[in-house]
Amino acid sequence: MNGSLATPEIVLALCGMGILLFGVLRRGDGGLICSMLTIGALLLAAVLVAGGAFGLAFEGQFLVDPMSVFSKFLILAAAILGVVLSLDYNAREGIGRFEFPVLMLFATLGMMVMVSAGNMMSLYLGIELQSLSIYVLAAFARDDVRSAEAGLKYFVLGALASGLLLYGITLVYGFSGSMDFAAIRQALSDPTRVSEGLIVGVVFVIAGFAFKVAAVPFHMWTPDVYEGAPSPVTAFLGTAPKVAAMVLFLRVMVGPFGHVLMQWQALIEIVSVASMILGALAAIGQSNIKRLMAYSSIGHMGYVLIGLACGNAAGLRGALVYLVVYVFMFLGTFAVILAMRRRGQAVETIADLAGLGRNDPALAMAMAVFMFSMAGIPPLSGFFGKLYVFLAAVQSGLWTLAIIGVLTSVVGAFYYLRIVKVMYFDAAREAFDRRPASLSVVAAATGLFTTFFFIAPAPVLDAAQAAARVLFG
Amino acid sequence: MNQAGFPLLSLITWLPLLGGAVILSVRGDEATVATNARWTALWTSLIVFALSLLLWGEFDSSEAGFQFVEHLTWLPQFGVSYRMGVDGISVLFVLLSTALTPICVLASWESIKKNVREYMLAFLILETMMVGTFCALDFVVFYMFFEGVLIPMYLIIGIWGGPRRVYSALKFFLYTLAGSVLMLLALLAIWYFAGTTDITVLLHTQFPTNMQYWLFLAFLASFSVKVPMWPVHTWLPDAHVEAPTAGSVILAGVLLKMGAYGFLRFSVPMLPQASTYFAPLIFALSVIAVIYTSLVALAQTDMKKLIAYSSVAHMAIVTIGIFTFNAQGIDGALFQMLSHGIVASALFLCVGVIYDRMHTREIARYGGLVERMPAYAATFMLFTLASMGLPGTSGFIGEVLVIFGSLKINFWLSLLGGSGMILGCAYMLYLYRRVIFGRLTRADLQAILDLSPREVAVFAPLVLLTLWMGVYPASFTHFFETSVNAMVSQHQAALTGGATRLAARLPDQKVLP
Repeated sequence: MNGSLATPEIVLALCGMGILLFGVLRRGDGGLICSMLTIGALLLAAVLVAGGAFGLAFEGQFLVDPMSVFSKFLILAAAILGVVLSLDYNAREGIGRFEFPVLMLFATLGMMVMVSAGNMMSLYLGIELQSLSIYVLAAFARDDVRSAEAGLKYFVLGALASGLLLYGITLVYGFSGSMDFAAIRQALSDPTRVSEGLIVGVVFVIAGFAFKVAAVPFHMWTPDVYEGAPSPVTAFLGTAPKVAAMVLFLRVMVGPFGHVLMQWQALIEIVSVASMILGALAAIGQSNIKRLMAYSSIGHMGYVLIGLACGNAAGLRGALVYLVVYVFMFLGTFAVILAMRRRGQAVETIADLAGLGRNDPALAMAMAVFMFSMAGIPPLSGFFGKLYVFLAAVQSGLWTLAIIGVLTSVVGAFYYLRIVKVMYFDAAREAFDRRPASLSVVAAATGLFTTFFFIAPAPVLDAAQAAARVLFG
Repeated sequence: MNQAGFPLLSLITWLPLLGGAVILSVRGDEATVATNARWTALWTSLIVFALSLLLWGEFDSSEAGFQFVEHLTWLPQFGVSYRMGVDGISVLFVLLSTALTPICVLASWESIKKNVREYMLAFLILETMMVGTFCALDFVVFYMFFEGVLIPMYLIIGIWGGPRRVYSALKFFLYTLAGSVLMLLALLAIWYFAGTTDITVLLHTQFPTNMQYWLFLAFLASFSVKVPMWPVHTWLPDAHVEAPTAGSVILAGVLLKMGAYGFLRFSVPMLPQASTYFAPLIFALSVIAVIYTSLVALAQTDMKKLIAYSSVAHMAIVTIGIFTFNAQGIDGALFQMLSHGIVASALFLCVGVIYDRMHTREIARYGGLVERMPAYAATFMLFTLASMGLPGTSGFIGEVLVIFGSLKINFWLSLLGGSGMILGCAYMLYLYRRVIFGRLTRADLQAILDLSPREVAVFAPLVLLTLWMGVYPASFTHFFETSVNAMVSQHQAALTGGATRLAARLPDQKVLP
């Protein structure tokens, strides 16, 4: 039992408390300095993650393996970029309080615990720490009705989902006799111990996770919350928690429930198909770009779930690569959305982008890259995300999923192209305000990653491969 | 391994991107940027063209296999690597792409006024994608280039196009993408079946006949949209009409060839049984296309639309030729593609010349141009005749070879396919008469100017090539003859081999109740 495996999390928790104290005791507005300290703490955590060993700690409650390390890097990267995105926005919107970065830090901590969970209990603790922090973040612009509504809506529905998950966990515990992932897997390897009650429990767990990753039919909260929450929160909400929840989803389904694959595979296929179709069709009619991104992210989760539906190492590898690619595209898009300001006011309809190609060619080019990439056009990174999940689907004989997947990606291309069209083809509107350097940095970094991913995809692939192999011995 | 001694194909492929980076880095006011962008694009494309001439000179046409092969590990864990190489079938398309790009840059010299930097950048990216498509020897790499073409072309039509450009650009993009994603599935199935995406290996992989049918249909979905074949050709007239002149040139000159190239590179050699099985379908669609689109062309009032429909008819001749599976037919198809690449491009440039002056493509708005523009009238006439397939021009050789090839298959196929030549005469001469002859009655045409030196520089190489190909076709056919013969004999061997295997399997099936 090696407690030092959790050093990154422990250090991050201490840093979080330290920054909180600092913010409380410091007189005046401490938003900026606390954000900087948070970025520092997250970087420190990343260094510690990189230097850590693999193994089990706290009697199997906490585990560090290539999969958790892989996802922690991704989560930390998303969190750091998320804090950077919030710097300018919060100051301008008057919500630059020091609690903001601290809440993001604690949410990140929750996610790191989630992806390291080896036990239903630590899993639940991680989810709750993450969720509670984000409920507050969603309502952070408390004077704005939409933000308050988003926070409340997310809280109520999130609590319901947590309840479902918890109910599923209790059923699984009751019928398998353990909370520990390895022990549950062991128990289920004996087919006689797989009872209907256990399957009901698995279904509840799936419902809980489907809510957290916003997959159809548990997606209803997404458009409202994405639209209402402050934009940097949406950027964060759409990336890091999704990665954490999805990785946990993958781990739980193929780990403890791996032996009952036949029972849940069809369910995941349905959820995946429904998400892809809804994500593609519902986005067409949107005029608010944050809402559009909400539907787009629902669709993307559908593609990731193809990987899970395959239920093998190739599928998991595809899903993990997709997550990496998705996180950077999504954050980059939000860097552009955050730059959409006219005369100090944030604007967020798609029509507001008109003429961006003329007014700010660099920003428009970055946005075009993200849109083409999300549509899955090679050689941009989004293509590779799709390529590997479809390859896994074809290998597993899931032709229905693959065919529906490619067709919905064509439908999806329609609305991504609409944004490119508005930026380049429509008559120019008044230019946006000068974009702050922080947004330019994020847009440039994610844009370069998205564009040039094709040159050397091997490191990401290798890491994803190693991570996926863990679950399959 | 590589007779050039250095990665020539990669250089030709990626150099345009370097030029694009230079264009991006130019600073200054708008006029400076525009001038610099034009000259950089021109010089880059000329250097690339010069390099591709080296390819022309060094290429060993007696060799049927791939030459100038390059290999670089890219995704070792998947058996995917960056492979480049050309054989007799692809080498001339590389040259066609690199030759048309400088012509496009020159043709847009004055007609493009807004966002010149982005325009030139888009063309250079397009060149990389086009050349890469023809050089790729790995299926995944091929797919990336093949699809990557969509992005610059979408922007070229959408930003610098005509009044209905948004609709046309979107239609072009979605049609092509819908076809291509089905090919992606076929690609994944092949990848899984063969364990590699190396085209040189896949060309000798025997796929089960049942699987071949599905793969063929998936390929057909992609390539038929790109060629385009009837009934999925409807994006082409729209895209052509709205695209800027140079966009139309590339679209007609190179992009359409990608579909036919796909048939030749993948469908025919990899899926011999399915190709033979589905050949009647292709013939039927092609014959319909020849007759139907020729008649539609006759009724057009917009010059570009007329030439766009004629392109569909000419490409239908190409698909007939490919699926005859004999040397004449495929030679003819290849020659017809090259010829069409030059002649159709030249015709779009001809339209561009008067469009730049009068800003209309309505046929009825012209007439009697020969009085004011004799040089233009002569140029236009040459390409009109070449498009009709007059002996002595490039158009003749390809069509006649295809007719010979198809005669071996079926008399009616040959007759109906050949009727395209007669209908082609009808609509092209009708167009020519209305635009060039007659009386010059309109006041605004009185002051129209003949070809400028820049325009002469644009047309001169095309005129020369058209005549050269028509008078001495052997200097082009010798490039692909060996490869085509090898392909035809491999196809025959695969069919007979497949038949004996099938025959051997038949008794087993009879045992089943």
